[in-house]
Amino acid sequence: MIPPPFTYAAPTSLEEALALLQQHGPMAKILAGGHSLLPMMKLRLLEPEVLIDLRRVPGLADIREENGYLHLGAMVREVELEEHPLIRAKYPLLYETTRWIADPQVRNMGTVGGNLAHGDPGNDHPATMMAYDAQLVVVGPRGERVIPAREFFLDFYTTALEPDEILTAIRIPTPPPRSGGAYEKLERKVGDYATAAVAVQLSLAEDGTLSYVGIGLTNVAHVPLFAARSCAHLQGQRPTPERIDEAAQMASEDCNPRSDLRGSAEYKRAMVRELTRRAFRRALERAQGGQ
Amino acid sequence: MEAEVRTSPTICGMGHRMKRKEDARFLFGKGRYVDDIKLPGMLYMDIVRSPFAHARIKSINAERALAMDGVVAVITGKDLEKYNLHWMPTLMGDTQMVLPTDRVMYQAQEVAAVIATDRYIAADAVEAIEVEYEPLEPVIDPFRALEPDAPVLRTDKGKTDNHIWHWEVGDREATERAFQEADVVVKQQIYIPRIHVASIETCGCIADYNPVEGKLTVYMTTQAPHVVRTALALVAGHVSLSEEKIRVISPDIGGGFGGKVPIYPGYVIAIAASVLLGRPVKWIEDRSENLQADSFARDYHITAELAATKDGKITALRIKTLADHGYTDAAANPSKFPAGLFSICTGSYDIKHAFVEVDAVYTNKPPGGVAYRCSFRVTEAVHAIERMVDVLAQKLDMDPAELRFKNFIQPDQFPYKSALGWEYDSGNYPAALRKAMDLIGYEELRREQAERRARGELMGIGISSFTEIVGAGPSRHFDILGIKMFDSCELRIHPTGKAIARFGTKSQGQGHETTYAQIIAEELGIPAAHVQVEEGDTDTAPYGLGTYASRSTPTAGAAAAMAARKVREKARKIAAYLLEVSEEDLEWEPGVFRVKGAPDKSVTIQEIAFAAYTNHPPGMEAGLEAVHYYDPPNLTFPFGSYICVVDIDKGTGQVKIRRFVAVDDCGHVINPMIVEGQIHGGLTMGFAPAMMEELVYDEEGNILTGSFMDYLLPTAVETPRWETARTVTPSPHHPLGAKGVGESATVGAPAAIVNAVVDALSPYGVTHIDIPITPYKVWKILHEKGVV
Ligand SMILES: Cc1cc2nc3c(=O)[nH]c(=O)nc-3n(C[C@H](O)[C@H](O)[C@H](O)COP(=O)(O)OP(=O)(O)OC[C@H]3O[C@@H](n4cnc5c(N)ncnc54)[C@H](O)[C@@H]3O)c2cc1C
Repeated sequence: MIPPPFTYAAPTSLEEALALLQQHGPMAKILAGGHSLLPMMKLRLLEPEVLIDLRRVPGLADIREENGYLHLGAMVREVELEEHPLIRAKYPLLYETTRWIADPQVRNMGTVGGNLAHGDPGNDHPATMMAYDAQLVVVGPRGERVIPAREFFLDFYTTALEPDEILTAIRIPTPPPRSGGAYEKLERKVGDYATAAVAVQLSLAEDGTLSYVGIGLTNVAHVPLFAARSCAHLQGQRPTPERIDEAAQMASEDCNPRSDLRGSAEYKRAMVRELTRRAFRRALERAQGGQ
Repeated sequence: MEAEVRTSPTICGMGHRMKRKEDARFLFGKGRYVDDIKLPGMLYMDIVRSPFAHARIKSINAERALAMDGVVAVITGKDLEKYNLHWMPTLMGDTQMVLPTDRVMYQAQEVAAVIATDRYIAADAVEAIEVEYEPLEPVIDPFRALEPDAPVLRTDKGKTDNHIWHWEVGDREATERAFQEADVVVKQQIYIPRIHVASIETCGCIADYNPVEGKLTVYMTTQAPHVVRTALALVAGHVSLSEEKIRVISPDIGGGFGGKVPIYPGYVIAIAASVLLGRPVKWIEDRSENLQADSFARDYHITAELAATKDGKITALRIKTLADHGYTDAAANPSKFPAGLFSICTGSYDIKHAFVEVDAVYTNKPPGGVAYRCSFRVTEAVHAIERMVDVLAQKLDMDPAELRFKNFIQPDQFPYKSALGWEYDSGNYPAALRKAMDLIGYEELRREQAERRARGELMGIGISSFTEIVGAGPSRHFDILGIKMFDSCELRIHPTGKAIARFGTKSQGQGHETTYAQIIAEELGIPAAHVQVEEGDTDTAPYGLGTYASRSTPTAGAAAAMAARKVREKARKIAAYLLEVSEEDLEWEPGVFRVKGAPDKSVTIQEIAFAAYTNHPPGMEAGLEAVHYYDPPNLTFPFGSYICVVDIDKGTGQVKIRRFVAVDDCGHVINPMIVEGQIHGGLTMGFAPAMMEELVYDEEGNILTGSFMDYLLPTAVETPRWETARTVTPSPHHPLGAKGVGESATVGAPAAIVNAVVDALSPYGVTHIDIPITPYKVWKILHEKGVV
């Protein structure tokens, strides 16, 4: 439980941080909340020589609405999401997801950016960002680019981030009226990664059909999944119980879980179906309740 | 019901809810654990561990490590072999490697140790040591271990198979006959999985050998410091460590639960290193090492059978068990009891015939099994009988409460001699169960259950009416390494009437500093606040066997009362002298001797104490002190009835404990608050293995639950709300009428939970589920039965 020696840098501007990343190349790692990185270092699964701490870089921890988006700085800590009235009132899916992450100790340190950049299919924010169709703002030596969350997760612990890039912000489209969202997570205990979890975000048109559906799945494949077939099956349709069941069934077919101590692949598929139904039902209630 | 209180709040004897004296230092962060101790010139040890469950060591190359700045030494089995210290005996008379010379026998076994000037350098050096292994076929499944073609693991002992021992008790033929004559027979396989005590503080030590004086001081996470001292003297006598030169200090301990009874290789390596280097050496395990390498508990594969008449009178019990001990039998039972007190498995029931046999086997897993908050194998015994009673109730279509009432040993049968040879001291089982049923509203819950079942909902009610057996023990039966299992108190009263009391036990969170002080306050009337209690230093404490198996109150607590009574007898003589009357003319009330018929002529215990040093009677020795070594005439048999109510989420398989009522009886209660604390903690430690905990290995012997991410311990969020109550049935032979209580709840709780879950699923023909009951297991059953 003791990592090998490393050096530590705490740049005070984004430019400085990027320069340090370039200088040290793949031997450097960005340090955000440290709650995924440090455990891996202590287990000597990762042995970076330099840690570049983003905590002193200004402008990375804002929470604000602008231009039809909720803007979240990458360094916003989970506890700040939990406590922000705007999140609680208008982004119930994000609020619920955050509350399901680990425990208060971890949420006091962990950041939303780190949770995404880590590329762990067991993390909870990725599925939610996919359900929202969020965009990730990334800055590197070649300037800024914006990557849709649905295209960000490439493989186990591998994202579309280049080694010399920094994730600076997440943009979540502000939901129109008659929207709702919910996160359903099955875990064995507090602090556990999901046996399976499902994020649902939806909006209703005036006529009661679904004008928007986003469904993301946690820890049921080597990457977080966007349940594209389920969403397409519901898009523009009335959310009848049969249709919801069919979409849930599709999600359970389209995921690719592995058997482990949490349960068999068959169990996890069944849980995806069950949790999709439950999350959808609650999201729908919220949308119908006018949120 | 509160115990009878005879002393004032100032004196604070038995029955007072005194706040724990030790808590101030813990709450202020001023406890002193082994890792808090830093000695000048101290070196740090870290350990290279095996990645394989079974392998030959071809070579160990420490060159790169030794070349690192700050690395002082690397120790291997070959180094220890020069001193004949590479093997050591276990408490069960088996042998265990300190460091291997040729083969490793489980994953995470110690392979070599690094000693360095800094903890971090030691960790880096561990990575730099190159070990070449030749993997061998591992034996992981204990049933496989008994097959004729299984690799033989303990060839070092000249063994030709993996069978360790066979143990049996009871009347085989009479039991067989009862089964043949029975109207009804039920049989069930029950696996009680391998688990770990997972105390908050891991194990560790500082070995401090002073080469000038030839004296070894070891600060150590041990529940039994005196036994460790004697064992070290016996094992290392040949390298001139003799017992008067060994001091074992057990400072504050962050939880033991049986896991700090064994002597682990790490301690011995650190001691050897300190002796070799002449400097203090600290070794502290990390969490993963603790989980992966230190002794496990349980791991019993049980086949249990009950015979009964058709109206539900149990006539016989038969149990056959396979015990997986890992690569050596390093259990921590009294020497004559290889399966501990497993033969308490007839439980709270009047069963005329019983026969029990246990076979132990070697496998390529860590050694054990320790008595994890369960006395000695009592959890296994209680789980077996309490499950079987429910299996029988289901077969007879009878209410499990009714079946229990029908078979309980009745209050007038005590002292009760069980078919397997125990003499139960006292009990009132029907009263405890009735009380639990009233508190939870049993009949009403059964009505609710029927309604819910009609709606297709899953609700279950489970009972466990356990009997514990604690307080080892009468020395004619109980010893460890030949040392009889008495315990001791040395009590000294200072001139100003304050006291110091030292004990052979060692608290690890049980609250001894308070409980023992209250016992002495009860007996002498000296305020408990004025009684300083010390334990854990072999240079100052009287000899004792330590704290485990709920034995401290039954043995050392009794010793405290007896020592205090000796002091009181001398105090009576001094009082008679001071009051110029004869001893027979005196009356005692807590803290004061009065002259009969002249109550204003009196002398306090404090005045007597002062006189003992300033004005003692001619011909009497000065001073006021006593020592008592208490050898209990019998064990104590605490008991209780627990009732659990669960609701099951069909969609996910999650079990929610809606209510849990625990009625405990531990005889007279010394500090009700401490007892309730023990029960709350114990229930949580019963809930954990029932629902979450298990050490899981794959076919190669790789541990799959080597950290707290996978070895699941409940947090406050998962833990149910416990509702506790008590009945009081004093022990007839204990000087205070008290019984042990530290383990009752851990022993009794799992069966109540499993019985509730099985009850919920019984409409679908489910008769048993092995713990831990995970959501996946429940869902799988529901899926297989076509419910979902
Ligand atoms: C006990 C425990 C339980 C947990 N349970 C859960 C859970 O249930 N659900 C869950 O979602 N998570 C869980 N986590 C993980 C936790 O949420 C982490 O905080 C999170 O995964 C990583 O965020 P961080 O800010 O701590 O990032 P760090 O650990 O500092 O970094 C993680 C990785 O991301 C990179 N990185 C971080 N920020 C950036 C950036 N801005 N730009 C580029 N790269 C960056 C780092 O270089 C590193 O590779 C748990 C963690 C622990 C210790």
